[in-house]
Amino acid sequence: MKAAVITFPGSNCDRDLAEAFAKAGAEVTRVWHKETELPKGTDIVGIPGGFSFGDYLRCGAIAARSPVGQAVAAHAKKGGYVLGICNGFQVLTEMGLLPGVLMRNAGLKFVCRTVGLTVATRESAYTAGWQTGSVIRVPVAHHDGNYTADAATLQRLKAEDRIAFTYVDNPNGAMADIAGILSDNRRVLGMMPHPERVVDAAQGGTDGSVLFRSVVGALAEA
Amino acid sequence: MPAPLKARVHVMLKDGVLDPQGEAVRHALGTLGFTGVEAVRQGKVIELDLAATDKASAEAEVKAMCEKLLANTVIEKYSVEIA
Repeated sequence: MKAAVITFPGSNCDRDLAEAFAKAGAEVTRVWHKETELPKGTDIVGIPGGFSFGDYLRCGAIAARSPVGQAVAAHAKKGGYVLGICNGFQVLTEMGLLPGVLMRNAGLKFVCRTVGLTVATRESAYTAGWQTGSVIRVPVAHHDGNYTADAATLQRLKAEDRIAFTYVDNPNGAMADIAGILSDNRRVLGMMPHPERVVDAAQGGTDGSVLFRSVVGALAEA
Repeated sequence: MPAPLKARVHVMLKDGVLDPQGEAVRHALGTLGFTGVEAVRQGKVIELDLAATDKASAEAEVKAMCEKLLANTVIEKYSVEIA
């Protein structure tokens, strides 16, 4: 099972994300943003957190249109898996692979702390390792995590069971307490919290390892 | 030979999209004693120097730039001035 983790100028969670995939048993390749193709046989692409291109113009906007961005979009369009975390989630909305936008936090401040998340659906390769309704603890660290979408989009996300995670105690004003959402084929997940920061007891928690084991396991069987 | 053109793009949040930064500015103005400011909306101005010399095609091209990159049309609207 092959994972490709993208690095943009300003990414800073790329190594942690690669480690998390590797720890779950994936064969991981690191991919620089100027590449125009993903490694052959890539099953899942990881888009890490950080501040790609300095958050210039809008968070994730430049990364979404970079050479590798086009390759990631093509991978997703043919049914490939993509996991975008924090800035990676912003990149996925800017690419149009996930609906809505991540706006400035309602409190205007950067929020950096461990929060409670409810697993809103276990119906995905990412969340199948939990029960729907499980509460887990995962860190957030962002300035622009305030998920915003029009009423029709929110209604569709709910009706199609595409809200993957919600905040127990909303830290950023996100609509419907949304922390992470799935694409319509349930293979693209964008989330603001950082599961790759809780995959080893030395990091202070292991709740995130469930996500990586679950998706790596599902793709290894496939 | 006609002079090269300049484009000025204004990007603003669409009406009805909450602008927490604009709201913070409004609040700060009130603190400074500027009463009577009922709303503040914050946006961006982007200036482009263009090689093009034909106004109509330049405007069409800048609009395409707005749709593809300069604005996120999910939440933002834009206007283009060519001079």
